[in-house]
Amino acid sequence: MTNVKEKGPEVTLTPPVDAGNGLKTQEMVINMGPQHPSTHGVLRMELTLNGEIVTRAVPHIGYLHRCFEKHSEAMNDYNKVVPYVDRMDYVAAMNNELGYAIAMERLMDIQVNDRVEFIRVIMAELQRIASHLLAIGTFGLDIGAFTPFLYCFIEREKILDIFEKASGARLLYNYIWIGGLMNDVPADFKSDTAAFVKSFRPKIKELNDLLSHNKIFIDRTANVGVLPDKVAINYGVSGPSLRGSGVKWDLRKDDPYSIYDRFEFDVIAGQGEMGTVGDCWDRYIVRVWEMEESLKIIEQALDQMPDEGDVQEAIPKKIRPPAGEIYCRTETPRGELGYYIISDKSTTPFRVKARAPSFVNLSVLPAISIGAMVADMVAIIGSIDIVLGEVDR
Amino acid sequence: MGLLDKKYQDSNIIIVSLEKALNWARKSSIWYMQFGLACCAIEMMATAASRYDFDRFGIIPRSSPRQADVMIVAGTVTLKMATRIKRLYEQMAEPRYVISMGSCSNCGGPYWEHGYHVLKGVDRVVPVDVYVPGCPPRPEALLQGFLHLHDKIMKESLVEGIGSKPVVIHDKGGDNIQVKSAEETDEHKTAQIEFPQQDVARKKEGA
Repeated sequence: MTNVKEKGPEVTLTPPVDAGNGLKTQEMVINMGPQHPSTHGVLRMELTLNGEIVTRAVPHIGYLHRCFEKHSEAMNDYNKVVPYVDRMDYVAAMNNELGYAIAMERLMDIQVNDRVEFIRVIMAELQRIASHLLAIGTFGLDIGAFTPFLYCFIEREKILDIFEKASGARLLYNYIWIGGLMNDVPADFKSDTAAFVKSFRPKIKELNDLLSHNKIFIDRTANVGVLPDKVAINYGVSGPSLRGSGVKWDLRKDDPYSIYDRFEFDVIAGQGEMGTVGDCWDRYIVRVWEMEESLKIIEQALDQMPDEGDVQEAIPKKIRPPAGEIYCRTETPRGELGYYIISDKSTTPFRVKARAPSFVNLSVLPAISIGAMVADMVAIIGSIDIVLGEVDR
Repeated sequence: MGLLDKKYQDSNIIIVSLEKALNWARKSSIWYMQFGLACCAIEMMATAASRYDFDRFGIIPRSSPRQADVMIVAGTVTLKMATRIKRLYEQMAEPRYVISMGSCSNCGGPYWEHGYHVLKGVDRVVPVDVYVPGCPPRPEALLQGFLHLHDKIMKESLVEGIGSKPVVIHDKGGDNIQVKSAEETDEHKTAQIEFPQQDVARKKEGA
């Protein structure tokens, strides 16, 4: 492929320095990725190194640009955007669908009934647990702990079973539609979910014993990649990465959507237990405890969920929203996912722009990786928990 | 000792053709390159993890292409990534195999029509041995793909040469992907390709 030319920004290296023993040392530029087992996909990092210390890190993206906006505009129906929304953050497809459905419902002024709301919330929180399990498992894998990865996937498969019974798919569901759901949940949904909640709670403690308080793990992650709260806010970081820095900001609490204002749960923030507030370990432990909070929400939702109600009663026959625009934000496992939708009163979206949390969170990477070792870069990337499908869209 | 336990107690001699023994050894320890592109990579991880367990087939991940036997192209191949995939394929030691996992790498998948930055099928840059359909394919489907690859490896012959399938492809960006034969270019003197005829021919061989 001859015509593909890529030019990064010019890198100016410091002149060679005499190391004192007659040898000269100089900075070095290395590439990390796009094929790298720990970059969580196809991220490429351009690292300038002084010995083993990172002096400059530039993330290069675009290796998974799948033209989300173009597809949204090319689809002649708002419903047809939902599968593409799934494929954006493929680890948390339910949350993406929920955000899109809520944005469209606000634009069209559709009210969905309680049963739909409760099923949506349960699905979204199950998906949050599944996503965090994957994040924790692969984070452990990056650090060198293989066993937690297998343990996390055992639990994740149980959640996927619940999803599969409801929607028929394991990963990309197309389940939450504008104005309702694809179909009602199966009869044993409640008992399945309750059984999962019961069996999963002790596993969090197990995971803590196995990984969180492991000496090697703490040494690799504590005081590494410290993200101060002010820097995080200035960069627009959201989600567990922001809460790891001690900022209690969660859209489920601070700007409630759907029916999240009916549930009691805590917003977890990093406290610097093992080192500085905002280090990799803090970002990691926030995810662990958030799973516990999600379990609380699921339990409450299962108790209050009405048994009656048509999940498709509010689905419009033809989706033709009034001319206008809307920005709607929801809290996905990675942070604030916003949809900016413009309608020109036709059945085709004029524009669907997604404000992807991973993309914004990734932008903070150069700021927090300066001074880290090369091996720490793996920990930092893993702790931010990016999904490249969402970064590049 | 697994398969051979108590089967050959009287004499420790197994008579088999060298070809078959080599193929058996090859198929029994396929190492795949730990390399995910998109959604399918999550299912690939799920296949490697607890419930589906790749390891029981001798399939284990390797981080470097130089140690890998098979490349699972798991996800959407964009134009920017296509050159990298080709290079990774070239870095692998022969015999090497490619499994195209999921609709995106098979043919472009949901992005086949409007995906201006999506390569419509990874077989335009590297030769593919097994196509696994699905969006994303279930772990069982990926395992089935590996079983098909086992069958294919078992049919290989020492005489005809193994796995040498050079491809010369010129990507002009977008949909204009030209395939040049060996005569038209001197990049690979020995290349005897032509896409897609070459793939068709290889399929006809019954592999």
